[in-house]
Amino acid sequence: MQRIINEPGEVVGDMLKGFLKAHREIVAATGNPRVLKYSGAPVSGKVGVVTGGGSGHKPAFVGYIGRNMLDAVAVGEVFSSPSAKAFLDAFKAADSGKGIACLYGNYAGDNLNVKMAVELAEEQGIRVKTVVANDDVPSAPPAERSKRRGVAGEVLMWKVGGAKAALGGDLDAVIQAAQKAIDNTRSIGIGLTPCTIPAVGHPNFAIAPGKMEVGIGHHGEPGTRVEDLKPARDMAKMMVETVLPDLPFRSGDRVATLVSGLGATPVMELYILYDTVEAELAKAGLRVRRSYVGNYFTSLEMMGATLTVMKLDDELETLIDLDAQSMGLTQFGR
Amino acid sequence: MESFASERGEPILGALVAAIQARSGELSDLDGALGDGDHGINMAKGFGMCLEQLSARSYGLSEAFSTLGGVLLDEIGGAMGPLYGTFFRGLARASKGRERIDAELFGSMLEQAIAGVAALGGAKAGDKTLLDTLEPALAAYRRALSEGKPFSEALGELAFAAERGRDSTREMAAKVGRASRLGERSRGSVDAGAASACVILCALAASMRTLLEEEAT
Repeated sequence: MQRIINEPGEVVGDMLKGFLKAHREIVAATGNPRVLKYSGAPVSGKVGVVTGGGSGHKPAFVGYIGRNMLDAVAVGEVFSSPSAKAFLDAFKAADSGKGIACLYGNYAGDNLNVKMAVELAEEQGIRVKTVVANDDVPSAPPAERSKRRGVAGEVLMWKVGGAKAALGGDLDAVIQAAQKAIDNTRSIGIGLTPCTIPAVGHPNFAIAPGKMEVGIGHHGEPGTRVEDLKPARDMAKMMVETVLPDLPFRSGDRVATLVSGLGATPVMELYILYDTVEAELAKAGLRVRRSYVGNYFTSLEMMGATLTVMKLDDELETLIDLDAQSMGLTQFGR
Repeated sequence: MESFASERGEPILGALVAAIQARSGELSDLDGALGDGDHGINMAKGFGMCLEQLSARSYGLSEAFSTLGGVLLDEIGGAMGPLYGTFFRGLARASKGRERIDAELFGSMLEQAIAGVAALGGAKAGDKTLLDTLEPALAAYRRALSEGKPFSEALGELAFAAERGRDSTREMAAKVGRASRLGERSRGSVDAGAASACVILCALAASMRTLLEEEAT
C-alpha cells in the first residue's frame, strides 16, 4: 500500500483536521469531531441542508459545505455510514428553526442511522425531512428503483436543495426540489482498478488487467458485467446508452451533466470521455445547459469514472445556475 | 435454580471484547467477500472503546451492555453500529435493576434485544443477516428451558444453534443490506453479521456458564 497516511485506523480524523485548516474561511468545526458545518451556519431564517456519508469520496461529502450549498455534514469512517448521533448533531448544527432537509444516499447503514437520528431530532423539537438519492441505474432494474444506490447524482441534488433553501424555500419546497432533482437524474459508473481501505490494507475486490467493471458502485460493489477495456469514445457511448433510456430522456430535453473521476483517473481522461459524452447527448437531441467535469465524487484511489445526467425544467435550471461557494463546487451565476 | 450476580459485568464484557477482537480479521474477510471488508475492524474498535470507557472501575452487567450499546450507536455508525447498539441496549434495559440473572430473565433480555434489531433492520429469517443467527439461537434456548433443562445447558444449546444459524447463511441469497444487490452472487459465503452475532452469543454463553459454575462451587 503506497499511501500518504499516519495510522491506518486514524485516516478520517487526520483528514478532517487538515480539511478544517485548509478551508477555514468556509468550514467550521462543531462540538462533535465527526460533524463539520458551514462557517455561517445556522443561517438565520433558512432551512438547514444536511447530508452525511462514509469517508473516502472526497470532495464528497464535506467538500460541498458552503454558501448556497450544504450547512452541515456528518462524517463516517471510510466507506461506512456516520453514526445516528453524528447525523443528529449535524441537524442541530444546521438548524435555524426552519427545519432540516437531510439529502443522502441509499445505503443500508445511512438509512438506519438517519432513521434513528430523525426520531431523536423530533423528540428534541427539530423538524427533519429526507430525500434518499437512488440515481445509480445499474444497481437495480427500473421496477426496483427504490433499491438503487445513490452516487454522483447526489452532488446535483445537494446543489439544487442548497440553492432552493438559499432562495428562501420552506422545508417542503426544499424537499420537493431535491426530490425532483434526484427523480430526474440518472448515473452509471465504470471501474478500471479496485481500491484499498487503509485500515483493511488490501483491495477487497479485483479487476483483471485489460478489463473494466461496468456499473461498479462507489465502494467497489460489483457491476452488471465485466467487459474488455475499450477506447474512451466507446466507453462514453456505452454509458450514455445505459443512462438515457432509463428516465427516459427525450429529444429536446435540457440537461445538466456531471462526469466524475473515481479518484485515480487523470482529469485529462475525464475530458476525453466528456468529449464523446456531449457529442452522443447532442445526437440524441439533448441540450446541455451546464456540465461539470472533474473529481466530484470519488472512491479512494479507484480508476474509473461516473456519468450523471439530470433533466432540467425551469426551476431546476435556475437552481443549478445559482452561484455557489464550496471546496468541491464553486460557480458564478449566469 | 441456577443464577449469577448481575454485578459481574466485568468478566462478561471482557470475554465479549476479547472474542470480537480475536475474530476481527476473520469477520473483515467475510465482509470483504460481499461488502467492503471493514466489519471486524469497526466492531473491534467499538468494543475496545467501550472497555476503555469502563476501565478502572467496577460495573454491573446492565451498565456494561448499556455502555457498549451507547458506544456502538454514537461512535461506530455503519449498519452494524445501530443494529448492535440496539441489541445491547435491549439486553441492558431488560436486566436493569435486577440483582440476579437467571435463565428466565436472560431469555427475556434476548427477546427484547432481538426484537429491537428486527424492528430497526426490517429483515426476516432467511434474508442472510444477523437475525439468521439470533432467532434460531433464541428459539433453541427457549426450547431447552421448556424441556426443563438447566440454565447452563440452555446456554450450550444457544451457542450450538448460533453456530448452525451462522452456517445456514452460507447458502442464502442476501435480501436486505448492501449484499442484497449481489442477489444470487451472494450465495456461497457466510454473512459477516451472522458471523459476528455468533461470536457474541457464544462469548456470552461461555462466560455466563463460567460464572454459573463459579457460583455453584
